[in-house]
Amino acid sequence: MSAGEWTLACDAGDIDEEDVIRVDLAGRTLAIYRSPESTFHATDGICTHERADLADGLVMGDIIECPKHNGRFNYKTGEATRVPARISLGTYPVKVDGGQVFVKLD
Amino acid sequence: MNDRDYSLIGPSSQRAAEQGLVAAEWYHADVPRKRMKQLMRRTDGPALRDTALWFGLLVAFGFGGGWFWGSWACVPFFIVYGVLYGSASDSRWHETGHGTAFRTSWLNDALYQVASFMNMKEATFWRWSHARHHTDTIIVGRDREIAAMRPPDLLRLVVNVVGLRDAYDTAVSVGRHATGRVTAEEATFIPDPERHKVYREARAWIVVYAVVIAAAIALHSLLPLMYVGLPTLYGRWLAAFFGVSQHAGLAENVLDHRLNARTIYMNPVSRFLYWNMNYHVEHHMFPMVPYHALPELHAEVADDLPTPYPSLFAAYREIVPTLWRQLHEPEYYVRRNLPAAARPFRPEMHQAVFEA
Repeated sequence: MSAGEWTLACDAGDIDEEDVIRVDLAGRTLAIYRSPESTFHATDGICTHERADLADGLVMGDIIECPKHNGRFNYKTGEATRVPARISLGTYPVKVDGGQVFVKLD
Repeated sequence: MNDRDYSLIGPSSQRAAEQGLVAAEWYHADVPRKRMKQLMRRTDGPALRDTALWFGLLVAFGFGGGWFWGSWACVPFFIVYGVLYGSASDSRWHETGHGTAFRTSWLNDALYQVASFMNMKEATFWRWSHARHHTDTIIVGRDREIAAMRPPDLLRLVVNVVGLRDAYDTAVSVGRHATGRVTAEEATFIPDPERHKVYREARAWIVVYAVVIAAAIALHSLLPLMYVGLPTLYGRWLAAFFGVSQHAGLAENVLDHRLNARTIYMNPVSRFLYWNMNYHVEHHMFPMVPYHALPELHAEVADDLPTPYPSLFAAYREIVPTLWRQLHEPEYYVRRNLPAAARPFRPEMHQAVFEA
């Protein structure tokens, strides 16, 4: 697997609507989201404030809230929307094919 | 280890980093993801109801105090008003600071500013202070919210029953921030881009207090200050008792909230005033669970936690003699026991303290 290729992350059915799971790919921790509208999205999986696994957090609409300090990000854009999170998350292109979720890493 | 110092820029801070206690991984009880999502779910309803009741009571008892002002009959009204203002505001400050009281963000932010003022805690300054408290809970040299240090400063604890030491510290701090400065310690936890908010809020507070004092002078009456300012002192006592009970006398420098925090059963009135922060172990393990869901979370994880204290009185029967003993024996602390079904404390997470 090389950078820029579509990489299988998980089955679409692995994620409930308005939820998130953690996926480790190519030495990176990612958070894969399924929105309330059933669209799929991917960001870095670790909070940019302090080390916390975003997959343990709460998805509300377009927002992921970190489980450690309640910092918030828009997981569709990566934008930090509530302190103590101030640095945006990296986001990654996602596609769904045949019921499987693929992510394109940098 | 008698060289324990609680500053955030001294040897203990460095030692905490060397021992892997900074921003470390903490113990969490196992809660299935689906259940945790239910517990974390945000709604506006409970906090809107409780906030309406809180402000309604403030208005009612404030009106009674003003009506009977000048006679002894005003005293019971101001006792209640003071507790609602100077103590209940602490839990509202805390919960809205986490952003968990309301689902609607602006409601959290608005109540956070109001409750911070009533609670004498500068809003942005304490937001960052409290984030550190959750990162490094009761880690010496990292957590500036350790109420009872070792050895304890009993005079500070006693005068803080009426908020005097906190009021003094806050007055100095507001003055410093209003002139656009932070200390070296504050700089360790307030990021530079956030400091302008600290300065702006300090200046706003000075304006509000100036208006209230001017009103008192113009009216030749203490009454305006009985409503704004003084209740943070004369109504502080309950928040002081609640606050000290959270961690005092328990282990320092451990990575398991079951060892350094207390869950205490309380009556419904206390839980209304305290917004369920008596479930303090649970709150620290899962700070994204709103206050109104903490009793359910407690039921979910109770088998993995030490036996709760049956009352605040029972907690203080442990805390008072412990702090007294720590005056002469600062290494002493209360070691909590777990029920048989609980997952054990992980000694490798606490090597630093158990070998001290």
